[in-house]
Amino acid sequence: MNLTLKVWRQSGPDDDGRLVRYEIEDVSPDMSFLEMLDVLNERLILAGDDPVAFDHDCREGICGMCSMMIDGVAHGPQKNTTTCQLHMRHYKDGDTIVIEPWRARPFPVVKDLVVDRSAFDRIIQAGGFISVPAGSAPDAHATPVPKLDADDAFDAATCIGCGACVAACPNGSASLFTAAKITHLGLLPQGQPERGSRARAMVEQMDEEGFGGCTNTGECTAVCPKGIPLDTIARMNADYLKASRKSG
Amino acid sequence: MNYTQGEPIKDTKAPEGPIEDRWEKRKFSARLVNPANKRKINVIVVGTGLAGGSAAATLGELGYKVKSFCYQDSPRRAHSIAAQGGINAAKNYRGDGDSIYRLFYDTVKGGDFRARESNVYRLAQVSVNIIDQAVAQGVPFAREYGGLLDTRSFGGAQVSRTFYARGQTGQQLLLGAYSALERQIAAGTVEMHTRHEMLELIISDGRARGVVVRDMVTGEVETHLADAVVLATGGYGNVFFLSTNAKGCNTTAIWRAHQKGAMFANPCYTQIHPTCIPVSGDYQSKLTLMSESLRNDGRVWVPVKGGDTRPVNEIPEDERDYYLERIYPAFGNLVPRDIASRAAKNVCDEGRGVGPGGLGVYLDFADAIARLGRDAVEKKYGNLFEMYERITGEDPYTQPMRIYPAVHYTMGGLWVDYDLQSSIPGLFVIGEANFSDHGANRLGASALMQGLADGYFVLPTTLGDYLADAHKFDAIDDQQVAAAEIAVKDRIEKLLSVNGTRTADSFHRELGKLMWDYCGMERTEEGLRKALERIPELRAEFWRDVKVSGVNEELNQALERAGRVADFFDLAELMCLDALHRTESCGGHFRAESQDADGEALRDDEHFAYVAAWESTPDGPVLHKEDLQYEYVKMTQRSYK
Repeated sequence: MNLTLKVWRQSGPDDDGRLVRYEIEDVSPDMSFLEMLDVLNERLILAGDDPVAFDHDCREGICGMCSMMIDGVAHGPQKNTTTCQLHMRHYKDGDTIVIEPWRARPFPVVKDLVVDRSAFDRIIQAGGFISVPAGSAPDAHATPVPKLDADDAFDAATCIGCGACVAACPNGSASLFTAAKITHLGLLPQGQPERGSRARAMVEQMDEEGFGGCTNTGECTAVCPKGIPLDTIARMNADYLKASRKSG
Repeated sequence: MNYTQGEPIKDTKAPEGPIEDRWEKRKFSARLVNPANKRKINVIVVGTGLAGGSAAATLGELGYKVKSFCYQDSPRRAHSIAAQGGINAAKNYRGDGDSIYRLFYDTVKGGDFRARESNVYRLAQVSVNIIDQAVAQGVPFAREYGGLLDTRSFGGAQVSRTFYARGQTGQQLLLGAYSALERQIAAGTVEMHTRHEMLELIISDGRARGVVVRDMVTGEVETHLADAVVLATGGYGNVFFLSTNAKGCNTTAIWRAHQKGAMFANPCYTQIHPTCIPVSGDYQSKLTLMSESLRNDGRVWVPVKGGDTRPVNEIPEDERDYYLERIYPAFGNLVPRDIASRAAKNVCDEGRGVGPGGLGVYLDFADAIARLGRDAVEKKYGNLFEMYERITGEDPYTQPMRIYPAVHYTMGGLWVDYDLQSSIPGLFVIGEANFSDHGANRLGASALMQGLADGYFVLPTTLGDYLADAHKFDAIDDQQVAAAEIAVKDRIEKLLSVNGTRTADSFHRELGKLMWDYCGMERTEEGLRKALERIPELRAEFWRDVKVSGVNEELNQALERAGRVADFFDLAELMCLDALHRTESCGGHFRAESQDADGEALRDDEHFAYVAAWESTPDGPVLHKEDLQYEYVKMTQRSYK
């Protein structure tokens, strides 16, 4: 099939950026979305043009590196699917596809479709861990964990840190990302000692990075490739409030 | 390409005495660094996967000043994240007869008697601590209703020792290591450099003292100095272009170190996984693995006649060849990875393969669905079927899957001693980047175990012993630093200035195909000689005709790729040379000339029970042999009949 792409091109953080139109022919329905862009880039390189910069690595939906706004939807039209797992058979001949980077103030564009998501790392640095130096752990069976808690913790822990939640949110909030980690660790007995301080520190860091507040629109969970549920945010808010009240 | 034989390697620094005491002995003999001095000692760790992430975090906890580097935008994205199955540990929580000794035994045997006993025993010992550590960090392993950890059996092991977190064990363990690393970054002990790629090793006074890296956003070439350098940069499966590795995985860090004097061990040992989704076209960029567990219920077949283009459901039963069941009646579809892979290749070579290009075989669930019902099959394999459908657009409930083998792990890597130190003092290598624990074939669920054993427990002890002398190290030679930096800049300049007519990817594809054809699942003297003739020609063409757009001073993904491909050429040559010299078959290395009457791999312990450690010299490669002694596990030939 033949497609028209409108791709966001921006040479660096200081450039204004613009949509550039490319015609692309003979796209196979079995190609992945990123393979389609690979073909475009090979052509651009040979023409001496700058290929479209985009983040990607594992190409199997787990590393969280790929990050494209496709026709206004983070990771494109398929539910629970990262950009790299989207295939061209979902498009038809003659379609026009608009491809943009994540857009949020705390995610400045580095180049074209590549953004800087280091704010996420700093939120984890603020408290997204259990303090347990290597070698200090008790036997793994010393503390049983109810299966349902372990399963819920796992569901929250599957977050791949891609940032689609932020890109989709009208407020540019990182609540789903932050809440996923707070929920994961807060559900486990090992995470209890730092539960309150963790919630406070992570939420405060999230605010400091310039992410917006949550108004329960639910756009985040709708685009989340791992389907992290919205109720994690309620849990985060509860933990945060409790911790704030305690320490005043 | 010719090679010469050098001095054998006599000492691997493993302590003497009963095998169960060796690691204890080494831990006690390792010198300590006083906490006040640790703050003054700098360590560089390159790579943030399970090995590098856990090492950087642990060294930070111990009080060293650590600099950590990764090419991704966050340390959480290293390719360890994609490991599905699980992690082995000799916990014996099931009381089913497992023990440290049994895990040790299984690993040595699984490695087809080409791994070191001392190292493997230590790995089995440390495995139990890894599970404790991960659980304490909050890794949400699968649990049973009683609240205790669930385990499963894996890769034909007779005990249930594999801990798992659904099909995302690698992700959960990596996020555990990542959280420990971020904690140390916050504490100020680790300085993180994301989007930085190591391009050169700095050696001064015979010791590894730093790295040259490129900031992948600005193009700036930076020098970082330290008292020791740790490489945790993963495997080199992407030499084949198509593999289950992430797109960015590359050999550059270990290859640069090899050029600077670190020996490269057993480069030809590659593991090929039998159940991956086949290539669908020329644009294919990577291959996706489907869990091996599918072979428990799927039946593998191809049409009896070659060139049969009928739709699959129109091929009658008596015109289907269930070749694994036919050739291996005892094991059937459950033969080990290497055998299943090779058999698939053979039927495709006969022209009986299915799907685009004839490179695929059917994995059919029709019988399982008839026997167990669709619901039961969906419960067991639902997520895998969904993944398959997403990629191929075909419904595996109504038509068989198509599968084909793909490269997914490299057992070879930089040579290290018992302390995980390479042949360059002060250069330590951990995880898949080293060659140490898997011999010629890695068992399933053992990669995660090794990466974390190295990073959390082994390296922090042995590195300390080396660093106890840090105050005596000479000042770093400025000329060496300048020379390394100039070498990097020259190379970048050279890549940008060729301005030819082919992209780096097109060369990479061609090299990958060559390696797959001649140094893949089955290797022959003739094929390897052909490859060794063709690789230098292709490399010369690359340096004459590659086209890299843009400039250095920007985010330039074409330039990144070209640099990695350039190193893959050199590595490919050494892999073929190693494969050619090892005329036996063992583990993942199958030489067609060395098989028994039934077509099974035939080891030659008399001539090849050694580690082949290659040194790079101006006069070509020099082979150093490290003889392997088996005091505990008796060498036997594998058999699946």
